[in-house]
Amino acid sequence: MPLLDVENLRVEFPTRRGVLTALDGVSFGIEAGEVLGIVGESGAGKSMTGAAIIGLLEPPGRIAGGRILFDGRRIDDLPYEEKRRLRGKEIGAIFQDPLTTLNPLYTVGRQLAETMTTHLPIGPGEARKRAVQWLDMVGIPSAAQRIDAYPHEFSGGMRQRVVIALALCAEPRLVVADEPTTALDVSIQAQVIALLKTIVRERGAAMMLVTHDMGVIAETADRVAVMYAGRIAEIGPVRDVVLHPSHPYTAGLMASIPPIDRRVEVLAQIEGSMPRLSAIPQGCAFHPRCARAFDRCRRERPELRAANGTAAACWLFEEGA
Amino acid sequence: MTPLVEVNDVVRHFDVSRPLLQRLLAAEGRRTLKAVDGLSFAIPRGTTLSLVGESGCGKSTVARLVVGLYGLTGGEIRFDGRPLDEMRRDPSQRRRMQMIFQDPYASLNPRWRVRDIVAEPLRAFGLVKDRTEEARRVDELLTQVGLSPQDGEKFPHEFSGGQRQRISIARALSSNPDFLVCDEPTSALDVSVQAQILNLMKRLQRDLGLTYLFISHNLAVVRQMSDMVGVMYLGRLVEIAPAETLFSAPRHPYTRALLEAIPDLAMTGRQRIPVGGEVPSPITPPSGCAFHPRCPIAMPRCRAERPLPHVAEHGLVACHAVEEHAA
Repeated sequence: MPLLDVENLRVEFPTRRGVLTALDGVSFGIEAGEVLGIVGESGAGKSMTGAAIIGLLEPPGRIAGGRILFDGRRIDDLPYEEKRRLRGKEIGAIFQDPLTTLNPLYTVGRQLAETMTTHLPIGPGEARKRAVQWLDMVGIPSAAQRIDAYPHEFSGGMRQRVVIALALCAEPRLVVADEPTTALDVSIQAQVIALLKTIVRERGAAMMLVTHDMGVIAETADRVAVMYAGRIAEIGPVRDVVLHPSHPYTAGLMASIPPIDRRVEVLAQIEGSMPRLSAIPQGCAFHPRCARAFDRCRRERPELRAANGTAAACWLFEEGA
Repeated sequence: MTPLVEVNDVVRHFDVSRPLLQRLLAAEGRRTLKAVDGLSFAIPRGTTLSLVGESGCGKSTVARLVVGLYGLTGGEIRFDGRPLDEMRRDPSQRRRMQMIFQDPYASLNPRWRVRDIVAEPLRAFGLVKDRTEEARRVDELLTQVGLSPQDGEKFPHEFSGGQRQRISIARALSSNPDFLVCDEPTSALDVSVQAQILNLMKRLQRDLGLTYLFISHNLAVVRQMSDMVGVMYLGRLVEIAPAETLFSAPRHPYTRALLEAIPDLAMTGRQRIPVGGEVPSPITPPSGCAFHPRCPIAMPRCRAERPLPHVAEHGLVACHAVEEHAA
């Protein structure tokens, strides 16, 4: 049984003009020790999926259907207090902007120590000792001196390292990382990704890595789910999805990434843009932009089906087609 | 033929001192941020020069200097052979340069219809005789950037990010410019939309003979767009070369580090060696070569002496190690 099991997740936003469906029928699992990448363009629902799992959906957003199981136990309907405990202890979260994660009024050492004393059976002295070890492990130079520094005294890259230490110090079994390197420069990005990958692997934790950057996914993830308009368009082993995508959207997405190793005269592009939540097309949501769409795509919504090595929600892969 | 844009030893400093009383109490002097510290390049007509670098390297400051949004602390910028400030005083010349900004949400007035946004430069520069001609020109511009004339009646919020960037481009083109400064024009866009905008910009350059100064942190995008590429680090150019040379045979250790840091999409399993450390503060830059604390091949000389650009193959490189190796 996977460590995290998301079944048919549906998230809705009630608005004045009616209920918007942000996620619809999202299902996937993450095994212990596995990194699952979630990619998609803005508005695809990737961050929303992460927020639903850690129980931090912004109101009025609400889980309107499906189940989220953590280690076999249902967690989507837990009361607030229990959810909060689970979030610190079992599920760690890393967000894009390290400044909003860290409390500017407390030293980083105090924030780390407090997290550990709350969730682990250790005292303040031991927690402080471990806090230094954590800062050292995430690559903060002279950690013993910097433990009493405040977040604003660190640079952007260093702050994101502190956030990683903070998310991992209570030894969670699942880490949800939402665009952990997007705010960082490329040279720092590579360092942080390498670090995140090593620590998660060493501890045997599972990770859900949400990003819009296919390059980051290709380097880090074992499997990847590609989202489009609130649903999973394709999911499978990262090699298959990146090198031999089945779904026309994944193929288009991969082709539109400018290559670094050569110059092309005209870049492949997908016409149009992702639909708004209030105007998701009938049938397959991608059909108005799809060059291979046919009649059925306009009428019926495809479910995930085995394609070449992956699972794709596309009528091209209907059995017997 | 002279290059359309010439930038000679340009310097721009910002005063970032604390208020006088605090300075006196703390017994500290004035502090200067050297955002651009001696930069030279030229852009031939109809070509694209790109500036790449990480945040704080001064690339956006250069963009603003070149269109005259910031004044110069030192050096000189010439446009079509004439000094920039002289040329900017003459509206018939000023219309020849335009700028496209990064954030298509912030750079369009939300209360104006798209038609008025695009027509504003036409009116400001007196480029149309009457309303009929204005309407015709706006329709033409909207069509040129891949929108429809009916879109002119809408407001910016009714468009997606990519379409808004098309509106910005239509507005920039409305004064018939020769030169466009594009500051991260696609970094706020999704990748499939980015490809649309890049293709559009390439097509417009070909059709209208435009000259671009293209600012980006994304090396893959730069490779697709550029004839020449300059790599900036802490307010200086460390390397400038034709795009093909720079990407196939990067010389400066910082250029190599940047290229090395890009995740490998071909999944060859190549192990990347990320460059250590971070960009230092431009207020207190390291001595000598600003890159030396992070440089894998730094020598004692690099700490003491600032390297000057020297000719290496088809470009210029500012690095002691590269120079000595070549000598």
